[in-house]
Amino acid sequence: MTFDDFLSAFFSLDILRQAWPILLDGLVQTILLSLLVVPLGLLGGVILAVLSTIHHPLLRWPLMAWVDLFRALPPLVLLVFIYAGLPFAGLEVTAWQAVAIGFFLNTGAYYGEILRAGIESVPRGQMEAARSTGLSRGQAMGFVILPQAVRNVLPDLISNTLEVVKLTSIASVVALPELLFQARQAQSVTYNATPIMAAAVIYFILLWPVVRLLSRLENRQLAGRR
Amino acid sequence: MSNWDRFLDSFFNLKVAAEYLPKIIEGFWLTVLLALCIVVTGLVAGLLLAVLRSFGIRVLNWLIIFAVDLFRALPPLVLITLLFFGLPAAGFSLTGFASTWLALSLVLMAFAEEIFWAGITAVPKGQWEAARSTGLTFLQTLRMVVLPQALRMTIPPLTNRTIAITKGTALASVVAVQEILGAAQAGVSFSFNPTPLTLGALAYLVLFVPVVLLGRWIETRFAWKR
Amino acid sequence: MPEPIIRAQGVHKHFGPLHVLKGVDLEVAERELVFIIGPSGSGKSTLLRCLNRLEEPSSGSIHVDGIDMLDRRTDINKARQRIGMVFQSFNLYPHMTALGNVLLALRKVQKLPREQAERRAWAALQRVHLSDRADHYPGQLSGGQQQRVAIARAIALEPRVMLFDEPTSALDPELVGGVLAVMRELREDGMTMVVVSHEMGFAKAAADRVVFMADGMILEQGPPDAIFGNPQHERTRAFIRQIDRH
Repeated sequence: MTFDDFLSAFFSLDILRQAWPILLDGLVQTILLSLLVVPLGLLGGVILAVLSTIHHPLLRWPLMAWVDLFRALPPLVLLVFIYAGLPFAGLEVTAWQAVAIGFFLNTGAYYGEILRAGIESVPRGQMEAARSTGLSRGQAMGFVILPQAVRNVLPDLISNTLEVVKLTSIASVVALPELLFQARQAQSVTYNATPIMAAAVIYFILLWPVVRLLSRLENRQLAGRR
Repeated sequence: MSNWDRFLDSFFNLKVAAEYLPKIIEGFWLTVLLALCIVVTGLVAGLLLAVLRSFGIRVLNWLIIFAVDLFRALPPLVLITLLFFGLPAAGFSLTGFASTWLALSLVLMAFAEEIFWAGITAVPKGQWEAARSTGLTFLQTLRMVVLPQALRMTIPPLTNRTIAITKGTALASVVAVQEILGAAQAGVSFSFNPTPLTLGALAYLVLFVPVVLLGRWIETRFAWKR
Repeated sequence: MPEPIIRAQGVHKHFGPLHVLKGVDLEVAERELVFIIGPSGSGKSTLLRCLNRLEEPSSGSIHVDGIDMLDRRTDINKARQRIGMVFQSFNLYPHMTALGNVLLALRKVQKLPREQAERRAWAALQRVHLSDRADHYPGQLSGGQQQRVAIARAIALEPRVMLFDEPTSALDPELVGGVLAVMRELREDGMTMVVVSHEMGFAKAAADRVVFMADGMILEQGPPDAIFGNPQHERTRAFIRQIDRH
């Protein structure tokens, strides 16, 4: 195989020009998907984290089991179960609905663990001070505890968000036309790897800045923890 | 037939379960094998890169940092797709198993390098100086003084990351590997019944719930003193 | 004698097997400054925290400004507005400026319009002599300044009673004076105050009454001169001897 063969198999400008419109479509879908599932996951996480501050044994164990269940189940398994399984129970779900439910459950559990750690890192006195001025539990949580909690675990939150955005690629398995799905379509029509390569490059350009930022934050965190 | 009976008949159909259980068990061991391969090669490669980085050769370090960033930014499924569907265009093909193994090893390598490196840099300079002043060589210092301290620090983040990446073995189903999810999906399409998916989900729980609990235990056991 | 503004009767508090308060009765009159002293673990702070129900008493009754604090029907958040509290560790919100700290409850609990809330917050900061630090974050303030902001946060709500839980114990010695000066000004303005503290000099100079607690009970109380000059109870004598040695 010559270098030219290699170039034309992976970096063919001709193919790229043909595939570009549908790749762009895919990119738009990936971005929309991320804008849907990140807030959904965060919502699930906040619910779990706030519930976990109610120290009641009847709540604590089911909550822990719930979180561990969705941390143990690979997200793709969950997604396939929802998409391919629920119709047998008489519940037809679209690809978008399946992805929304799956990510709410899966990434919610991860965000929940992170936020719980964040809440636990806020000194007890903060809640007491807030309550002593007459703020309700919910107000104290919303205005005083959560903002500090989020700040304390910001690197972990960003890191998880990066993983969630990468994870949207599994939506291709349920034929949701996001970036990877479109790239596969283009590849199977052209018998050429260029579209997949292009998708990889797009992901990299999109996410590299986040990775850089994270690696700085994480180094500082580990060094500071000694 | 009541709704409840129909539900049981769909998701917990004993006849279907008995028929496909052997396939799922085969898939289970394939998943275990794949996971072990990934953990070993990924962690070893990550440690190797971190040690190489500590030599401080500038051009080499740029390459290492770039490789790490690349595999942190790319979704694992994109990598698997590229290796499995893309490489044939260059004239040689990998099996689905090999594609997944290689792709997830590269991803784990990237995360592990980052964590190992952070651990190494978190060991105070005085440790290096003290060891070198007693006549230990660079490598002796690294192996006997720095790494033991660094590794202890890295255990909790490394465990969690390894678990998360190992769960990606389910992605192998996309490239026709008959691991748990692959076997379960095949079962569903043959039997027109989602019970194999239920079995598959249970198999993942059997595999990963202990691992997640281990991760929790390690996190408290090696908790950072704040 | 007029109705006391604080009336605690037979207050017990258990923490699991620990019996921390063993039937405490305490009455505080309006405009009175009551000073609570006692060895650590005597239950002083717990008593204070029961008064605004940050701790739930196991039994007994507590009335503040005519409100039954332990009644389930009492809107506790409303009731707490009348009881300002200052903590040993300040507990300022680190993500808000000094002004933000004071504003929060004014805006969210009292629901004052922005302008009016800001006027009140500024006035409160002025009273603790920190209006020039309004836009500073707690991390940029000294311990003494942080504690004064915490006082401003409490008085901005115009409470009827102020509780101080060892307000100067976490401060470097040279910063104590500023906080005590602010407390003295509050006293002169007629605020009812209950203070748990080890600042005996302040107690002698400013307190109307000193309460000595040990083992979850009030053993002795009276004017500062009597308690410090001629303590009746053996435990009180031992405690005061020990304090004087420092």
